[in-house]
Amino acid sequence: MRGAFLWLVGVVATAVALGIERVNSGSYILGSDSIVQLFAFVRTGLAVLVMAPLFVGLSIAIVPQQVGAQTIAFARLALFGFYSWLIGASAVIYSIVGNGGPSGGNATMVDAYLLGVALAVFGLFIGAICVATTVVASRSASFPIAQVPVYAWSALVGSIGLIVTLPVHLGSIIYVAVDHQFGRLAFGGNNGIDKWLGDLFVAPQILIFAIPVLGVIAELASINGRMRSQLRNAAYLGVGVMSTALLGAVTRTQHYFEFTGSLGDKLVSVLPFALFTLLPLLGILIVLGVSLLTFKSNTPSLHAPLVPALLGVVMVLTGMLGNAVQMIASANLSGTVFGEGVSVYIGYGMVLVAIGAIAHWGSELNGKSLPNSIVVAIGLVGFMATILAALPYYIAGFAGQAADSVSDFDYAGPHALWNAASSAGHALMIVVVIAFTLAVLKPTKTVGAN
Amino acid sequence: MTMFLATPPRQAERNQIRVATAAASSAVLMLMFGMLATWLKFRDASPLRASTRGAKMLRDWLPADIKIPEVATNTMLATLVIACVIAQWAAYASRRDDSAHTSLALAIVAMLGVAAINAQVAIYLQMQLVLRDGAYQTMFYAVTGSMLALLASGVVYSVVALFRSFAGRTSDHHVVSAHAMYWYVLTAAFTAMWFIVYVQK
Repeated sequence: MRGAFLWLVGVVATAVALGIERVNSGSYILGSDSIVQLFAFVRTGLAVLVMAPLFVGLSIAIVPQQVGAQTIAFARLALFGFYSWLIGASAVIYSIVGNGGPSGGNATMVDAYLLGVALAVFGLFIGAICVATTVVASRSASFPIAQVPVYAWSALVGSIGLIVTLPVHLGSIIYVAVDHQFGRLAFGGNNGIDKWLGDLFVAPQILIFAIPVLGVIAELASINGRMRSQLRNAAYLGVGVMSTALLGAVTRTQHYFEFTGSLGDKLVSVLPFALFTLLPLLGILIVLGVSLLTFKSNTPSLHAPLVPALLGVVMVLTGMLGNAVQMIASANLSGTVFGEGVSVYIGYGMVLVAIGAIAHWGSELNGKSLPNSIVVAIGLVGFMATILAALPYYIAGFAGQAADSVSDFDYAGPHALWNAASSAGHALMIVVVIAFTLAVLKPTKTVGAN
Repeated sequence: MTMFLATPPRQAERNQIRVATAAASSAVLMLMFGMLATWLKFRDASPLRASTRGAKMLRDWLPADIKIPEVATNTMLATLVIACVIAQWAAYASRRDDSAHTSLALAIVAMLGVAAINAQVAIYLQMQLVLRDGAYQTMFYAVTGSMLALLASGVVYSVVALFRSFAGRTSDHHVVSAHAMYWYVLTAAFTAMWFIVYVQK
């Protein structure tokens, strides 16, 4: 988790730089050769270095306690997975700095990038196996699988999602790496990396990374409502429904909704769209609804970690809604910055949920808890930062601002304003992450101390 | 005064190794099926050409001058099927606490795995493909090389199980049965690859 927060600062700082570059669309501050690679770094970093490890790490720390296991299953394997991810993440950053990555000019560094992504993915996969095994086979006999805490359930479902989807992407990495190392005849060499690996960093794959956020919000809402959730089964169902996102992640297909032609044509278009895009959305709505219903029977008190967690889930929901909108063909959002907005909403939303989760379980992890006021303040500022960073991309996407580009915007509208606002949002998120890290490192209260 | 320790919570059956192997096996299948799906996509996108006899049109995917050594590929498949049978024998012997037969069976599985790897190397030598020559060659080495690495992981699994058996872990049923499951999955993955790459071409 700490590693993920560390990389997050680097990723967000790069996003700030790219946003500033976009404000003045006629100049290159960063150098035109590096723009594509920096965009690739933001995508890769947000997905593989931040989103996925945040919740794999959280699950490794929390799930064994939740299910009554003494430790994570195959603890040394989990440690190996962590080092694999860490070395891979470092290789990704090193390769980007050395002119590698997608469309990179240094062949050795491009290979290093592919190796880094492969190692990071492999590390996450190992972590997912350990989490899934812990829930299935290491839990106490007093916990039937149908009665495990909702977070443990979501960690299990999310881990299975990773176990099923990540090897598919690993296969693509192998193909692209072999092709790049030798003939560069089949997959386009360095210029083909984005085409063949890009699915790993965007929806629907990142929705698989986001499945555990449902467990966090359900658990926190249950505590906040001062009742054991009567709707636990519905929450289980919601988590399972969201896992249908793996249909799109495994097949690596995106089904656009085209409302044209005969009724048969419309049905052919709407059914896969509903199955691949709307069904995961239904899952998060179910869990959010269940969480809100826990307030119904009791007067809730403010449980501070719920603030960032709830706001974060709302941000993830906004990102998923945006993902559904960009799948409507007539919206013409393909290839625009709208997709970046989707990723930022989901990614930063997950960060907020992780902040809430760490604040909630911090006392169990290291015996320390954070002051409520700080947690609430960080949640609110993080919420503003997310909206500020992502919403302008939604607007600019409708205006037609091209993705992965910093110059020659030809649409009418205040593009400097949108890009400046987005940069400010990213910068604010850096402040949030640093503030939260400092708060964790310097706690003001120790649980159990007199 | 009599002191009692608190009763620890009862643990579920210790079958982590089977669950983890099942997860890894799922990943093996997804890896190979994903790669084969990409293979089929490329083959489907290749243009049509007349067969050497001119009787029918073929996808211009497998270069005309390349011959698949079918004896070696079929032998490899048969080797893996036999490995599954022997791996199941190891699981059967382990359940009966028959350490000698468990060790013997695991050793044979490891040897069959090495034989399968040897067959794959023989296929490479007979085909004489040059990786840089085209898309087919690149993808051929990528997909068969991945399978080769997976087979090597199966051999490592067999050797580890064998050493545990040698070390006297006669009640190591979970490991040996998980080992058998892994070899079943490897064989299933290879069968799919064999059919698509070596038979359908």
